[in-house]
Amino acid sequence: MTTPVIECRNLQKWYSGVHALKNVNLIIHPGETVGLVGDNGAGKSTLIKILSGVHHQDSGEVMIEGRKVDLRSPKDAMRHGLETIYQYNSMVPTMSIARNLFIGREPLKWSVFGFGLMDQKRMRAESVQAIADVDLHLRSPDALVGELSGGQRQGVAIARAMHFKSKVLILDEPTNHLSVKETDKVIGFVRGLKAQGLTGIFISHNMQHVFQSCDRIVAMARGEIVFDKPTAATSIDEVHALL
Amino acid sequence: MKRFLKIYLDKPELAGLALLIVLLAVFQVKSNGVLLSFENVRGVMGLLPEMALVAIGVTILMICGEFDLSVGSVFALMPMSMAVILNSGVPFTAAVLLGLAICAVIGFINGYVTLQFSIPSFITTLGMLFIARSLTIVISGGFPPLLPSDLPTWLFTDYIWQGALFRMSFVWFVGIAVLAAALLSLTNFGNWIRATGGFNEAAASMGIPVKRVKIVCFMLCSVLAGFAGLLQVLRLGSPLPSIGEGLELQAVAAAVIGGTALAGGIGTVFGAIIGTLLIRTIDNGLVLSRVDANWFKFAIGVLTMFAVIANAWMGKMSRKIKVEAHK
Repeated sequence: MTTPVIECRNLQKWYSGVHALKNVNLIIHPGETVGLVGDNGAGKSTLIKILSGVHHQDSGEVMIEGRKVDLRSPKDAMRHGLETIYQYNSMVPTMSIARNLFIGREPLKWSVFGFGLMDQKRMRAESVQAIADVDLHLRSPDALVGELSGGQRQGVAIARAMHFKSKVLILDEPTNHLSVKETDKVIGFVRGLKAQGLTGIFISHNMQHVFQSCDRIVAMARGEIVFDKPTAATSIDEVHALL
Repeated sequence: MKRFLKIYLDKPELAGLALLIVLLAVFQVKSNGVLLSFENVRGVMGLLPEMALVAIGVTILMICGEFDLSVGSVFALMPMSMAVILNSGVPFTAAVLLGLAICAVIGFINGYVTLQFSIPSFITTLGMLFIARSLTIVISGGFPPLLPSDLPTWLFTDYIWQGALFRMSFVWFVGIAVLAAALLSLTNFGNWIRATGGFNEAAASMGIPVKRVKIVCFMLCSVLAGFAGLLQVLRLGSPLPSIGEGLELQAVAAAVIGGTALAGGIGTVFGAIIGTLLIRTIDNGLVLSRVDANWFKFAIGVLTMFAVIANAWMGKMSRKIKVEAHK
């Protein structure tokens, strides 16, 4: 048995009296693409926020590749190889693709206390490469992200995660507010994760999207995991009946 | 040609530059050639650094997504506190540093209160506008203190050499402008400022310490305003408690005319300078053309509205060109 890439043990979280996560145990193996479904308030977002370092659990443990980790900030999570792509898209529309790709992780020519001159040539060259790696073709790394379509933006976000050698990509409702065509593109990206050797967690309200792209379906309700089966062994109706 | 047009449309500060050239030509004719005469340019260039430094600070803060209305008051408070400190026997260098430290503290308070209590910086700094102005008058005791006559004005406000076009303040201004422009476009911190103002949530999710970035920008803005005030007082030779009134709005107007977006994320130091030059040119040009000086504010108002509408229109046209090129 391989070491799980992520293991959550007895995670608990309260929000001012509301028990948002009740003893959640979840094991995710490397290379898996897991679809996480559930209604609003089921605890999906809370679980994801803990894994991406935005919130911290009140009790329980998160293990990454067998080692216990303490995720106190988004930066911590990224350092451990967990990168999250949000529905609102974690790209700044008023900045170029090259600058967006390296926000917070700019390559520096020289620096003092972590501040210094960016290596813009390298940023351009590497972003062209990273975007080509996800089969996305854009005219120039200097184009503003605001000029891209929603699907292209998610593509750039995924390219960014891959470029920084993330192990796990968490996609938090990446298909919200996208057209059908754009959604297909994003689902294509999710399917492509496996080929790149990445583990994916795909959160969505849309059962169709999850069933089209994931190996395994995990459903949450009222702060607990209520369902966990390989996609091949279940159906949309079975999951729907539970929620 | 289209490519050139798109680049042009994407840079609102270039439109400001074009307008500046037109205005210079018009006022040059209307003033019978006085506008661009050596003596007049010399006068205007003495004033320019003071307002431009404030506009640069305000622009950086606006790019970061925040706003500062207290710069006009800080502009007066810094030299006033320096004068009071000087009169208590502290040497000049220490007094200047203390004065700038006071500005940094004010900037910090602006930022801290805004972020800690999640209130709009418009409100926080409106409060600070009154607080800093009041402090200026209180510490002056109603009578502006006298400045010693042996201050090193050669370093700040004297002409670079006898009969030179520029004062030393212009050198400071150019140096600071180059540093500020480099900070914004070449350093990783500049990237963080743009990301924070462009889309706060995205910047935070990428691990940028958005609150700290904003506080640094607030402090930078206040310190630049204070330094600009110091330049003006050294030029005038007396710390009047009323200097800088209305400057905050002119600085915002300069930033906006230069293409800075009120919503944050967009703007350049060069744009702020162009905006300041436009305002100074209109001010000076109206006087030289013997127009009633009370029309000055009217003109600035029209220009501000016009600039924002033109920027929006140019952005739209720029996007259209891109779509056509794709077909």
